[in-house]
Amino acid sequence: MVANVTLTIDGIRITVPKGSTVLEAAEKAGIFIPTFCHDPELSKPGACRICVVEIPGMRNLPASCVTEAMEGMVVYSASPAVIEARKTNLELLLANHPEDCLTCNKNGDCRLQEYAYYYGVKYGAFKGEKHRYPLEDDNPFIVRDMNKCILCGKCVRMCEEVQGNNVLNFAFRGFNALVTPAMNSKYSDTEISNCVFCGNCISVCPVGALSEKDMLGKARRWEVKKVTTTCPYCGVGCQFDLNVKDNKVLGVTSTDGDVNGRALCVKGRFGYGFIHHPDRLTTPLIKKDGKFVEATWTEAIKLVAEKLGDIKAKDGPDAIGILSSARVTNEENYLMNKLARAVIGTNNIDHCARL
Amino acid sequence: MTNSIQEIADADFILATGTNTFDAHPVIGIQVKKAVAKGAVLAVVDPRLTDSAKLAEYHLQIKPGTDIALLNGFANVIIEEGLYNKTFVEERTEDFDAFKETVAKYTPDYVSEVTGVSADLIREAARGYAKAKNSTILYTMGITQHVCGTHNVFSTTNLALLTGHIGKESSGVNPLRGQNNVQGACDMGALPVVFPGYQPVAVEANRQKFAVAWGVEKMPDKPGLTVGELIESAGNSIKALYIMGENPVMSDPDADQVLHELESLDFLVVQDIFLTETAQFADVVLPAASFAEKDGTFSNTERRVQLVRKAIEPIGDSKPDWEIICLISDAMGYPMNYASPEEIMSEISSVTPSYGGINYERLEQGSLQWPCPNADHPGTKFLHKDKFVRGLGKFQAVEHIPPNEIPDEEYQLVLSTGRRRYHYHTGTMTQRTGALEVFYPEEYLEISSADAEKFGICDGDKVKVTSRRGQVEVAAQVSERVTPGLVFTSFQYPDVPINRVTNPARDPIAKIPEYKVCAVKVEKVS
Amino acid sequence: MANVILTINGKEIVVKAGTTVLDAAQEAGFFIPTFCHDPLNPGFGACRICVVEIKGARTLVASCCTEVAHGMVVETESPAVVEARKTIIELLLANHPADCLTCDKNGDCRLQDYAYRYDIRGSSFRGEKHNYPIDDSNPYIIRDMNKCILCGRCVRTCEQVQDRQVINFAFRGFNTKVAPAMDTELAESDCVSCARCLVVCPVGALSYKNLAGKARAYEIRKEPVTCPFCDAGCRFDLNYKGEKVIGVTAKESGEGRPLCLKGRLGLELLYVDKPLTPMLKKDDRFVEVSWAEVLGMDNVLKKLIELKSN
Repeated sequence: MVANVTLTIDGIRITVPKGSTVLEAAEKAGIFIPTFCHDPELSKPGACRICVVEIPGMRNLPASCVTEAMEGMVVYSASPAVIEARKTNLELLLANHPEDCLTCNKNGDCRLQEYAYYYGVKYGAFKGEKHRYPLEDDNPFIVRDMNKCILCGKCVRMCEEVQGNNVLNFAFRGFNALVTPAMNSKYSDTEISNCVFCGNCISVCPVGALSEKDMLGKARRWEVKKVTTTCPYCGVGCQFDLNVKDNKVLGVTSTDGDVNGRALCVKGRFGYGFIHHPDRLTTPLIKKDGKFVEATWTEAIKLVAEKLGDIKAKDGPDAIGILSSARVTNEENYLMNKLARAVIGTNNIDHCARL
Repeated sequence: MTNSIQEIADADFILATGTNTFDAHPVIGIQVKKAVAKGAVLAVVDPRLTDSAKLAEYHLQIKPGTDIALLNGFANVIIEEGLYNKTFVEERTEDFDAFKETVAKYTPDYVSEVTGVSADLIREAARGYAKAKNSTILYTMGITQHVCGTHNVFSTTNLALLTGHIGKESSGVNPLRGQNNVQGACDMGALPVVFPGYQPVAVEANRQKFAVAWGVEKMPDKPGLTVGELIESAGNSIKALYIMGENPVMSDPDADQVLHELESLDFLVVQDIFLTETAQFADVVLPAASFAEKDGTFSNTERRVQLVRKAIEPIGDSKPDWEIICLISDAMGYPMNYASPEEIMSEISSVTPSYGGINYERLEQGSLQWPCPNADHPGTKFLHKDKFVRGLGKFQAVEHIPPNEIPDEEYQLVLSTGRRRYHYHTGTMTQRTGALEVFYPEEYLEISSADAEKFGICDGDKVKVTSRRGQVEVAAQVSERVTPGLVFTSFQYPDVPINRVTNPARDPIAKIPEYKVCAVKVEKVS
Repeated sequence: MANVILTINGKEIVVKAGTTVLDAAQEAGFFIPTFCHDPLNPGFGACRICVVEIKGARTLVASCCTEVAHGMVVETESPAVVEARKTIIELLLANHPADCLTCDKNGDCRLQDYAYRYDIRGSSFRGEKHNYPIDDSNPYIIRDMNKCILCGRCVRTCEQVQDRQVINFAFRGFNTKVAPAMDTELAESDCVSCARCLVVCPVGALSYKNLAGKARAYEIRKEPVTCPFCDAGCRFDLNYKGEKVIGVTAKESGEGRPLCLKGRLGLELLYVDKPLTPMLKKDDRFVEVSWAEVLGMDNVLKKLIELKSN
């Protein structure tokens, strides 16, 4: 049995299992603490310092994400010293961040923006050099804008610890520190980068540094409806959110799937374009004199039912075969099996499980 | 799968055989990499040097079609060295002696000769598999797409029975299914010999049960034909085919023959979201809605039933497949009145014991893994705990069976086909995404540098791949992924319809074609 | 009235004579951006963002002020139109704070919407920017004239309130600004804080003081409520963040004397958990007063208390 510790955060007494962090204890108590580099699924570098809290007796403001909760500990999550530290932290980040919320695709879903608003921090407290990295958009999946990167390193850890491809890491030092694939290459140099375009880095980016290319300029975050569904590709059964606006699927973003968590592969995350492809069939077709002619549903259904009925009457039910599908739903396969066995009267039903 | 996907991360030894996991099942690949990062040993059996093979401690680069020999060799080492789980074999299995006798001749030296893998490597990998606390086997079509596919599967199971690496967490035999709902299609009776829930049509009681449930007089008792048989019989005993969401012209072996057979049908209905290569031959094409346009459920490779939710209205005048089937049924005089897929699911759970406790209300709260027999059952994470479905686990003594077609003077190379990371099945969807096909626009044929030199082929050359059945043209890629004697490509590009070349020889039990081996010749196109 | 047939973006449309091109296009489902256009007070034609191309016309015309005519052929998104709109947005952004980061209108701002739609990431024009002090003298309304795009909708809506006409354009050229008489602060003007001007402001120039910093526009769920204080029946929005009402904002005025401060504050008293203490202007200064006084109930209360004590 795990021992518990009881501590006091902002006057609230809270009991958590020994080994919990102050951040976890605060979350349990319903107390808000901002985080950039922290992610429950990833290792904890304690790098960004936005989650600092005040703990009387400690030498300085410790990062709550890597400070273990101790018995009897007293924590202030929003004391004047804490607020000041967080504000300065944000001001420093903004000193080297493009003033681009106007058209940034992360506007409305950006932690930097969220916290700046929360703490009333604006641009311009510090003046200094700004990065002017070129935009990396030479692949069809992911756009990297390293000018917006706040170096939280979550993409680095996601790629290393979850995806296991170790594409990204920090390069260079000081102001020049940069998250990049090996040899400062691009994602698209797959031989060097080892990138497989799963886009799992995007799912953890707290700002606008990583985006889905196809979603840029299509909708603001607050205009998008997210519908959680199951991936139509392989048999793993990843879940994700379809991002919908005006009856159009604009993209796929991670959700917390039972099988996959936030992880997806390149097909699941970027392979949705077929939904609105102009080649989609939009009306029934009947072949007349070797050519397809558009038909109404009534005509098409009537023809199918008549033909199948005739063949059943003439050659028997076993003259009809049905290929059901590993692509459609359980419900649809069930109905197809019912149609074959109960309506047509044959066991001639199969699908491409073997292919 | 006997286990759940996330259990893979906790395995101590992973035997991945005939699976290009990182390309075909990338998110399962994540679990494999996680296990390796935690210290698990990965052994990959694959004629190709895939990305997963690169990560593996043991890469057993066998000659295509020698899986049984290799796995029997594993068993031989495990038995010879006394590494098998005697208690498990005694208490939970039968026919061990016959099996022991069969594998006796599969000594590492003999197996090395058949498979081309060194005897030491076989010994080491076999020991690793047997000795690890939790060993799990992952396989896909590298195991099944052979004339001896069923026997291949038996030999993976034999290993698990021999070592007791089954029926517990992170230990088992795990086929990774290639398509989103291939599990569900099987579960729902889209198979010629079973009703939903694998209730055999041969059993009178089952037929009666469904006749009553569906309100018809009687159910057909004659076993149905499989995909391949249906298509082969087209024009003869089969007069009409109704194909929903399948593309046999691209996916089935010996494509030219498939075309000919489809053309000889009296009536072909194809229901799909695109005018596929198969749909071109239809008399009637019915436009279906995509997954984004309908509600329903998919069952994944670990038997997990998950909701599919409608995000947008159907495109154009298309309709969800379930609505189309209902319309046809109505028109044929058997009204199907369902207001929603949820209603269909409640009927499914009433006639399918393993889905008995599955309904949309529960699925809204979270997915469920069958068997889930009643509303209080939490679902089943891994199978065969304490007891196998049939009682005792049966050893199936199987011998090595060579592929149906082996290279000869004229056709000197072995062609193996499979999948690419950036594409899916016949490419109907992934060739139309605006992204995947942009990044990976063209298919190529992997060929070893030795063979390239031998046949005077340079990287990027257009080559003609010819078998006894047909030919295709494709660009060559000189690659270290394949060994001399082997060439590889995918079946996912309409421009490279490789199934004109492949061999329709089938496994006699599962009727699965031998896509992994056929004899071809490769010539540079001048 | 007679009907007019015209073509917009290749589609033939029948509308009543006298309709504007803007209304005709919107009715047909075409998007045209507008800043200064107020459907309740149309025909201003100042901002030019709604320009369209009409075959045969000398220039691009403002669709909000152009009546349809027989056989007219209109393009709402032709290259010339898009270029003109882009230039307008760039000119506006040239003198607009890059403050979406913390602006309370972020997510509910036309300038931002159109910049995103036409992909204007910043201005290619460099020049002077206004540096007006923010006018937060009024206890209910914050005016940030640095963000004003001079569409004049606030001026025109204020004009409609008899006895008010608090604000109008002052100065010329770059120095043009919307100001109360004599360019005073709002607190010194005749403003009665009815918030009609806030309802129509398309950008972040006018905002509610009590909502500042409380929630982003996209976090707020609005539920309309009708004011029960008089028989005008003005409509207000309850602003929810999560399950809590964080403020009440004006929606549309009813007949008579519309959208008064009393109505809005009264609703805040009714719906907001801890409403701020209200203020009333006395001797030209805002002073904190009791709720009874701001709602005009103090005499009634006094009487009741008197009656009770007697």
